[in-house]
Amino acid sequence: MEWFSDPANTKPLGLLILFVTFCLILVWVYGSRKRGERLEQHKHIPFLDDQDERKDKSHG
Amino acid sequence: MSASSVATAEQYDYEIIKKFAVMAIVWAVVGMFVGVYIASQLAWPFLNFDNPYITFGRIRPIHTGAVIFGFGGSALFATSYYVVQRTCQARLFAPALATFTFWGWQAVIVLAALSYMFGFSQGREYAEMEWPIDLLILVVWVAYMAVFVGTLMNRKQPHIYVANWFYLSFILVTAVLHTFNNLAVPIDLFSMKSYSLFSGAQDAMTQWWYGHNAVGFFLTAAFLGMMYYFVPKHAGRPIYSYRLSIVHFWALSFMYMWVGTHHLHWTALPDWASTLGATFSIMLLLPSWGGMINGIMTLSGAWDKLRTDPIMRFMIVALSFYGMSTFEGPLMSLKDVNALSHYTDWTVGHVHSGALGWVAMISFGSLYHMIPRLWNTEMYSVRLINVHFWLATIGLLLYITAMWISGISQGLMWRAFDDFGNLQYSFVESVAAMHPFYVMRAIGGMFYLTGMALMAYNVFMTIRQGVRAAATRTAVATA
Repeated sequence: MEWFSDPANTKPLGLLILFVTFCLILVWVYGSRKRGERLEQHKHIPFLDDQDERKDKSHG
Repeated sequence: MSASSVATAEQYDYEIIKKFAVMAIVWAVVGMFVGVYIASQLAWPFLNFDNPYITFGRIRPIHTGAVIFGFGGSALFATSYYVVQRTCQARLFAPALATFTFWGWQAVIVLAALSYMFGFSQGREYAEMEWPIDLLILVVWVAYMAVFVGTLMNRKQPHIYVANWFYLSFILVTAVLHTFNNLAVPIDLFSMKSYSLFSGAQDAMTQWWYGHNAVGFFLTAAFLGMMYYFVPKHAGRPIYSYRLSIVHFWALSFMYMWVGTHHLHWTALPDWASTLGATFSIMLLLPSWGGMINGIMTLSGAWDKLRTDPIMRFMIVALSFYGMSTFEGPLMSLKDVNALSHYTDWTVGHVHSGALGWVAMISFGSLYHMIPRLWNTEMYSVRLINVHFWLATIGLLLYITAMWISGISQGLMWRAFDDFGNLQYSFVESVAAMHPFYVMRAIGGMFYLTGMALMAYNVFMTIRQGVRAAATRTAVATA
């Protein structure tokens, strides 16, 4: 525990944890084509309510 | 359009959004007017009229408060409530709490402005409000977070759209920044004054940790939330790359927190701390430009819209200024450049290229897109939007060009030595040399303000048109 109370140790440790986390996010985002395609599908969310509006319209 | 829009209006809570949208425009006019007035005071000092209540030092925070928190804040409340409902396909959580955020936030802006005029200020940049107002902000912000998170939790859409990530990080980080920057002990329960919990270099570092993250999360992340919804929506095309938007979000979130110390180069702050700030500032260029390219490339294959649609033009010029400011910022964070630029008008120009070019322009575009939909009508005049765009662009270019020339001249004059090692220019000589550029800046501000006044008129007429059409529809339905 004493090791953790010294900022000279915890600062580089914090940097390491954040950097590794960021690298993992990059791998998660770009690491799989299938996941990538699934993620890209979310870009259409802003247009889903347009479909609702069209549905409303078709029901008069 | 009308039948479907009425159904949409019933599905979502638009009343609170309307209130915030109107107040965003009111505060923009007020804040920009005060900005032009203080710019004019610097060019023509007689405008102080020997009246302490309207001197530059007191009304400058009224300008910053009205434009950042009044205009920017109200625009963010309005658009975040709009975007979160429409992308989650859920009605706003706790409407009474949302109404409280409206009245609470407007009270904060008014109370802060009055307190500055009467001479009460903590002297902390963008956080001049004294402790009672800080407490009110905290309560309003917690309510805001509850409404936003509650709506996200009620969503019918399994995925949370990326714009909401940006809004949520803005809400969360602003709460943390505001709390820690304002840790203070009041002198007395009935006194407006308080002592900061920090002192010396720590106090300066806390202030700029807040100051730059206010830029990063209030003036950047939140408006990126706006961009990620309104640019694709208005262009009618999905964002260029959703994966890039995810990387943009995380990179920005990881890096922004560290950069505040670049405001304190060559001070009593330890050298490693300001070097760390500069290093992270340079790294920030990558996510910032990734985000800008993502926004601009959304228009890929539909560039003709730039010729025909002034709202789209506002959005794309905003993204261009986002790119330019996020290039200029890292450049100015380099120690050698900072030795020239710091304490000069270059900094003022940089802030305004971000604020007027990015923040205000993306807000104008988003408000022009959203307002007719809220009142179920069309914009009163597209021609006026076009005139607004050109007035704003010309005003902005005049402003930043004046501040670049003025700032670099100031920096060079302050550091010039003669052959005997004495300062070549007295301070007052540098002030006299700045005068033409202060006039140019004030004129630029007048252009920008005129455009804003046109927007206010256009929006007023649009709302009136929408209200009249709704009354006619009701009368026809009743008959």
